[in-house]
Amino acid sequence: MNLTADLQKRLQNKPILLMTHLVLGYPSLEVNREVIRQMAENGVDCIELQIPFSEPMADGPVILRANQDALNRGIRVADCIQFAADIVQEFPQVNFLFMTYYNIIFRYGEEDFIKGAAEIGIKGFIVPDLPPEEGESYLSLSKKYRTAPIMFFTPTSTEERMRKVEKMGSGFIYCVARKGVTGKKTAMDDSLARSLNSYRSATSLPLAVGFGISSREDVAMLEGKADMAVIGTATIRLVDNQGPAAVGPFIAELLGH
Amino acid sequence: MNQANSKRGYFGNWGGAFIPEVLHQTFTELNEAYLRVRGDETFWQEYVDLMANYSCRPTPLTFAENLTKHFGGARIYIKREDLNHTGAHKANNVMGQGLLVKRMGKKRVIAETGAGQHGVATATMAARFGFACTIYMGEEDVARQRPNVFWMEKLGATVVPVTDGSRTLKDAINEAFRDWVASMDSTHYVLGTVCGPHPFPEMVAWFQSIIGQEARKQILAQHGNMPAAVYACVGGGSNALGIFQGFMAERAVELVGVEAGGKGIDTDHHASRMTGTRAAAGVAQGYKTMFLQDDDGQMLDTHSIAAGLDYVGISPILADLGDSGRVRFEAATDREVIEALELTMRTEGIIPALESSHAFVQAFKDAPEMNPHEAIIINMSGRGDKDIFTIAHAFDDPSWKKFIIGRAQEYRKSSGE
Repeated sequence: MNLTADLQKRLQNKPILLMTHLVLGYPSLEVNREVIRQMAENGVDCIELQIPFSEPMADGPVILRANQDALNRGIRVADCIQFAADIVQEFPQVNFLFMTYYNIIFRYGEEDFIKGAAEIGIKGFIVPDLPPEEGESYLSLSKKYRTAPIMFFTPTSTEERMRKVEKMGSGFIYCVARKGVTGKKTAMDDSLARSLNSYRSATSLPLAVGFGISSREDVAMLEGKADMAVIGTATIRLVDNQGPAAVGPFIAELLGH
Repeated sequence: MNQANSKRGYFGNWGGAFIPEVLHQTFTELNEAYLRVRGDETFWQEYVDLMANYSCRPTPLTFAENLTKHFGGARIYIKREDLNHTGAHKANNVMGQGLLVKRMGKKRVIAETGAGQHGVATATMAARFGFACTIYMGEEDVARQRPNVFWMEKLGATVVPVTDGSRTLKDAINEAFRDWVASMDSTHYVLGTVCGPHPFPEMVAWFQSIIGQEARKQILAQHGNMPAAVYACVGGGSNALGIFQGFMAERAVELVGVEAGGKGIDTDHHASRMTGTRAAAGVAQGYKTMFLQDDDGQMLDTHSIAAGLDYVGISPILADLGDSGRVRFEAATDREVIEALELTMRTEGIIPALESSHAFVQAFKDAPEMNPHEAIIINMSGRGDKDIFTIAHAFDDPSWKKFIIGRAQEYRKSSGE
């Protein structure tokens, strides 16, 4: 089943889906594994596995430092892929995606990377510094290996731009709830509601909404307006402050369980 | 310029615009504004007039008679970008973008800076045009370049030390982009060099082409002929592209770009992308070029005695000119740079910046082998006297140290420590 169909099937039984995120190797692959277990057992639908990059231009301070810390501890791209291969086997109920910056893919070899990821069961890729205009080969390889290249809608996207971009993507659309980098609070206000309306009318793909979501209220607000809530920086902060065991209860609470 | 690839913003294999989707609209508007002024002759005239009135342009082409005699080869000419207001070629790009910002109707500018030259130039431009101004600067550079931080703040800019990554120029660029993705409605990012996403390489090269336009006229007037070679240091590459453009079409003029050889290109401590073996094709900071990176694609730490050359990437335009052989790349070590600086000061009474001194190194290697009827031009991108802390440190000057220690003791006493 492709990613879009899987998400639509899940939506028949849930008011909203949840995608979480972590930086591989931060604070360690062992902790990553435990965090993923907590997420999976509490009903997370998708997990972004971020492969660290030394120049994470679109990330805010928390994820930026997690990238650096992981690299300082010596994480390599090959370690990330091996870890992902194990995790996908261990938690078949979750859709795993790679999130990284384009240089990691480019340097590894685009076809080797996408083919290799597809073979271990990765469902798609989120690459924030690769607009479709620069991603011709990435998009055609994604088609070839049946992985989903996730596209972005943002508050600055014109309707024309959204219609162009959504045709090139699959899986779901990553909707940026506000301008700026990851990790800052988003006001759940009228302007967000207006953005979500215009996002909805521009595509039939599921809408995932991220950037600054951290509470049950944030998630509840999105029910009926979006298809999937994205939690990024909040779980990294949680693991930093309270350890991996706090993740399960946090996820359950977000989903109102 | 060689725009072989049909895709916009590509120079051979290099360039492009690898930008987050949230900046798509901002770049669309920037491209439109840039193309409008590019096609508007009155804009260029306004720019030239402003630079004449505010920044001492045209800068002289100085015949270095004593250096010429010293080496006994080619006649050595020096293009004096050091005589720009704020002391370096950076002013050209910054004032040009300032005029563009005025036309776009934005009220705030942000910039990255390494050594501080581009930051000081941007803060100066912002003061002149009445823009709010924030400068991102790696924490390590803030510590190394305190006098420039002082001037930026006095000129009214907010200087934000960047504490992430290697805390140098590339991290300041990342941080400026992070500001921009939230502030693009009111803010223009004044990128300081011929790097980054399209249209920056092309646009900054255009503003800097004023150097080459002048130098071409000046060498014909003074020497009567085209030069045999033109030398420029290459960090991002803006001063080099600026002067090279005046001679690009003259195939007989050799164009020589000199990179930071640091402690030697065989060591891990340099910033040479086109010479040496540590660079590879990559995509970062919004563009594709040769980056100093490891096998995984992680950027490497770089080193140079000259903070302005201490950078992982190189202009996509220069990478292409290197591929085609139009530009010859060389590297100068920190030690060679100090020797060339010392010789230039003693023989000509001219103080090049440490960055610019890299170009002097290679010119001094080549000049003695050349015919006395030939001429060469060295682009002196900036002046060294305002970097007195860095240069005095590099010379390990005992009387300077004594002065600093004395001044520190005075401050300690007066602050009651």
